[in-house]
Amino acid sequence: MSARDAAVATQRGRRAGRWDRVLASESTTGWLFVSPAVIVIGLFGVAPIIWSVVLSFQSNDLVTPATWIGLANYKALLHDPMFAASVRRTILYTVLFVPVVTVGALGLAVALNRRLRGMRFYRTAVFAPVVTSTVATAIMFNWLLDPDFGIVNALLVKLGFSAQGFFQSPSQALYCIVVMTVWGWLGFAVIIFLAALQGVPQELMEAAAIDGATRWRAFRRVQLPMLGPATLFLVIWLSINALQLFDEIYVTTRGGPLSATTVVVYYLYQQAFQVFQAGYATAIAYVLFLGILLLTVVQLLIGRRFVHYRS
Amino acid sequence: MSFVAAERADVLDGAGLTALPEPAGHHRRRRPSGWHLLLLPVALLMIFPFVWLVITSASTLAETRVFPPALPVGFPVTWIENMVHNYSAAWTQAPFGRWALNTTIVTTVVVIGNLVFCSLAGYALARLRFFGRTALFLVILATLMVPFQVVMIPVLLICKQLGIVDTLTALIAPNLVTPFGIFLLRQFFKTLPVEIEEAARIDGATRLGTLVKVLLPSMAAPLATVGIMTMLWSWNDFLWPLIAITSQNHMTLQLGLSSFVGSHTTNWPVLMAGTVMTQVPMLLIFLVAQRWFVQSFASSGVKG
Repeated sequence: MSARDAAVATQRGRRAGRWDRVLASESTTGWLFVSPAVIVIGLFGVAPIIWSVVLSFQSNDLVTPATWIGLANYKALLHDPMFAASVRRTILYTVLFVPVVTVGALGLAVALNRRLRGMRFYRTAVFAPVVTSTVATAIMFNWLLDPDFGIVNALLVKLGFSAQGFFQSPSQALYCIVVMTVWGWLGFAVIIFLAALQGVPQELMEAAAIDGATRWRAFRRVQLPMLGPATLFLVIWLSINALQLFDEIYVTTRGGPLSATTVVVYYLYQQAFQVFQAGYATAIAYVLFLGILLLTVVQLLIGRRFVHYRS
Repeated sequence: MSFVAAERADVLDGAGLTALPEPAGHHRRRRPSGWHLLLLPVALLMIFPFVWLVITSASTLAETRVFPPALPVGFPVTWIENMVHNYSAAWTQAPFGRWALNTTIVTTVVVIGNLVFCSLAGYALARLRFFGRTALFLVILATLMVPFQVVMIPVLLICKQLGIVDTLTALIAPNLVTPFGIFLLRQFFKTLPVEIEEAARIDGATRLGTLVKVLLPSMAAPLATVGIMTMLWSWNDFLWPLIAITSQNHMTLQLGLSSFVGSHTTNWPVLMAGTVMTQVPMLLIFLVAQRWFVQSFASSGVKG
């Protein structure tokens, strides 16, 4: 046994024995410390991941015994027009949501990084939507964009436009979801960018000022490159969340009108809990997982090419 | 201020720094910054949904069925009367109190569980040598990558086997330890100098003792991050409660609120009142501890 273990045992007034070695051993302590995590993550994380693979090869309605159907679920997915449509809508949503939030938050963060009067109010106002739940956000916007009595339509009419259908219009519903979720996520992105901006070393900005750089030049040459890692993180994180859009759809449009907002996860939900095709739903989930994985890898690779980390 | 000095000050201002003070005798009133033209409308747009939410909860039903909508009459007395009517209606028409209790129980247990178990696991993964440590860490990381929708049905089936479906336990147990918390704390422990722990060990402290007495004080920031992120996420969680809970009395606030929508699709004032009640706790905590919130989000993004 090590000298340290002997020292510990002796301090406790006993002769160092084998049991002391086991008890004092790092290995035991290590496993003891991680055991709660192992139990919970093993039972509710690892086991379900493996089970869901099996599930995706079954026809399962969660009540009667399941039947094994091999790759039939995945083959069916390839030919499912409703699934293809849901993928298109999800991609459209993501392509709108991520850039708007990223660029908008960047501009806001630059504006909020100054010393202005009322900055506390501005920052609180921008951050507050982050703590509201998806359900509450959906309810608020449902009311704001109500076609008959909503205040947004009232404003439009006053400005001379016609009242819009918003969530009840198949062509507008998805864009309303974009606006709603941008409102909810902007603050989070601003926080990330602000932290990154404040991480730019003071000396660099002071040197730029002394060198006579204009405000725009200083931003573009000094601050913007340092925002690379933060931008990459945000794009990846926002994309992952955008591809998993569900809550807001459930509370506002329930996938409608006319399936206009049936995104992948909502289609998954319908398959699992309304049509009772749990196996099919799980296959959808795995395809979604694959898509997220692929997109993240692509984004990381692009990031490696363009993002410079401080050495 | 000379033009050059003004430009210089502008660049520094853009970095949140202040320029050196002007020499005496050059006192010119600074123009109010043009940034307000951007920030003020944006800020007002961001808080407008909240404002309209509260105003609607102070309206009568008849006033919400008019187009175009107008501010409710009779500020402030009638507003308060309306609010009393609407909020008590929401409170009695649905078990908001019960839902709040459920959510509080679940969130409290989940936060405490995460703080304790993620610290233990993070410390072990960072500092203790044991067989399978690297493999275990990789497995935990891998589960972070898998979206919830992949596992939600099997987790439901497991809960069925355990007989905990439609109970608060089903909301607590799967979230008692999260890979996110473990990852964050492990990374943090790796940044601490080993010497402190070695000194404690030589003095005869146990591993647990070292962790609690020596390292805990310096863990305030990452613990706050894990605590706040877990609290916010647990309070606002929707999809898992939607699947796991079926009886009204076991619902969480968000789940209950969404069910409340179903029965109140046209009773906007009462619906808004209910919504306000579910959001006030988190908003209050946010207003009081804004700095902690912001710091938590920022640091989880930097490490992520």
